Amino acid sequence: MPELLITIITIAIVVGAIPGVCNYLILLERKLSAWMQDRVGPNRVGPLGLLQPLADGVKLLLKEEVIPPHVDRVLFLIAPGISVFTALLAFAVVPFGPVGAAGAPGFLRFIIAPGIDIGLVFIFAVGSLAVYGIVLGGWASNNKYSALGALRASAQVVSYEIPLGMSVLGIALMSGTVNLEEIMQHQISGGFAAWNIWFQPLAALLFFTASLAEANRLPFDLAECEQELVGGWHTEYSALKWALFFLGEYTHMITISFLTSILFLGGWHLPGIAEPDSAYPLAWLVKMLVLMGKAFFFICMMIMLRWTIPRFRFDQLMELAWRVMIPLSLANLLMVMFVRHFELSNWWMLPGSAALFAAWGMISASLREAERRARPGYVRRKKVETHHDSHAAGHAAAH
Amino acid sequence: MSETQRKKHVRWVEEPELGFWESTFVPAIMQGLKTTLKHVVDRKPVTQQFPEVKPELPLHYRGVHRLNRDEQDRVKCVACMMCATACPARCITIEAQAAPPEWPDRDKFPKSFVLDELRCIYCGMCEEACPVDAIELTHIYDLTGESRADLMYDREKLLSVFDRTKNDPRDPVRTGRGKLGPASEFVQLPAVGPATTVPSSDRSARAEAAGVIRTTGREGQQ
Repeated sequence: MPELLITIITIAIVVGAIPGVCNYLILLERKLSAWMQDRVGPNRVGPLGLLQPLADGVKLLLKEEVIPPHVDRVLFLIAPGISVFTALLAFAVVPFGPVGAAGAPGFLRFIIAPGIDIGLVFIFAVGSLAVYGIVLGGWASNNKYSALGALRASAQVVSYEIPLGMSVLGIALMSGTVNLEEIMQHQISGGFAAWNIWFQPLAALLFFTASLAEANRLPFDLAECEQELVGGWHTEYSALKWALFFLGEYTHMITISFLTSILFLGGWHLPGIAEPDSAYPLAWLVKMLVLMGKAFFFICMMIMLRWTIPRFRFDQLMELAWRVMIPLSLANLLMVMFVRHFELSNWWMLPGSAALFAAWGMISASLREAERRARPGYVRRKKVETHHDSHAAGHAAAH
Repeated sequence: MSETQRKKHVRWVEEPELGFWESTFVPAIMQGLKTTLKHVVDRKPVTQQFPEVKPELPLHYRGVHRLNRDEQDRVKCVACMMCATACPARCITIEAQAAPPEWPDRDKFPKSFVLDELRCIYCGMCEEACPVDAIELTHIYDLTGESRADLMYDREKLLSVFDRTKNDPRDPVRTGRGKLGPASEFVQLPAVGPATTVPSSDRSARAEAAGVIRTTGREGQQ
């Protein structure tokens, strides 16, 4: 079958599947959050509420689309499109199943654009375009809340892009490529001990955290925090245009989860079940399910985190990016360069990551202590204690 | 307030010190995840599935009103206007008519009795005010109507609420005193004592002003 036709079929499958998957992720999010809060969650439409996404989709399709008179119509209409377009485009180079020799038979292919050598760079380039959707949406809405949300989102996304990219550079150095398929293959051929998480645990943590911020998920959802900004940049959006923003956010989540599993958890490799020499029938299906299971785990993790931890304050958010994550990812990159340059064993990176993590904790603890010392309240508390001491001393002297 | 007093009343609280592990956020996040995961695994939802499971309302719940009937199935109300006067939302409109001669126990009865259920705030003052226990609030909470006119409850509607709820154990007819109620049987007004006993040393027991009904307690003191 010609290459072009296969590509078109794959695109059709991906573009068709992602909105459905996103819909069910929303259901999963609602269910999980309900369970965490001792509620039941949606259970009215269909058995166990399984048809709820369908009802939601129909509702969003049939709802009245309000375009307020004070908006910039062109940008207002383009913004949700950019948001979804960039999110879907980033998925083009992400393998969502076994690729290459281990791939599926026939015309099935688990990546839209195979063999893209700039894979990671492409994802980050396209991913940073997503901020245009937010900024333009907020600006075009001509609304203070939207503008504030858009400003926050752009500052946040621009800041977190740096640690996001830098944390992955270590892996690019280790594998000698930024092609996602090759990075995956590199880990798979090495077996369980070659998963990047063993060498780059710190980078994995940084990458996952930064990508949460990139996707505007809680605890980094300051751009749309309901308590302060109504809905943030999508305050003025309704019906399907609002749904497109949502679709963009959830597609972003899916991409991130796949990326984290591919970059750090060995892609479709699972010892004993999905090995490169597994030859049982339908091995490709099992491999695909393994990769999707890993991605599903990270999606669940994101949802759990969203309903577990509170939101950062904006200055804390910026501090985390600029004072913690950027220096750390830079140090991590230096460590990888050091190990590679002197041709040490890759296993040196594990204690190296742990040492960096410990240094980070100690530095921020001592910074906090220094800040506390500079505060006037610190002196006052000390004074109270000395007062108490002198009182006790005086008491003892009187006896 | 003096300086020492101020120092005694104001408590200075320092934020807890953040050590090494707190600075890395990781243990705190894990602890939080443990808590939420515990709720996911060990699910005990507190949600009531409403249309299938009806809520257990407290016995003093105040819902839709009813007009009680006496033993002869006549409306108990004597159109005294006490409820309409007591109503803070002014949702009761009563039109009185002279009672027919075969009803010797009362002078009037309501020709029309309209209660605006949308305007009502369900405070229960009408129930408190009624001297013959004719109006009562029931446990019906799911009040719906297709128009405002639907929810203007007239005499017949209010009586039908009584027919619907009189056998419900949660909505007992709360009076059995006399045919209409205690007030209808007074030949002359007894001396009214306060609802709660007032000790004779209390200032209110000694107060006397024009128009105040003299309390029995005060008579006893003299």
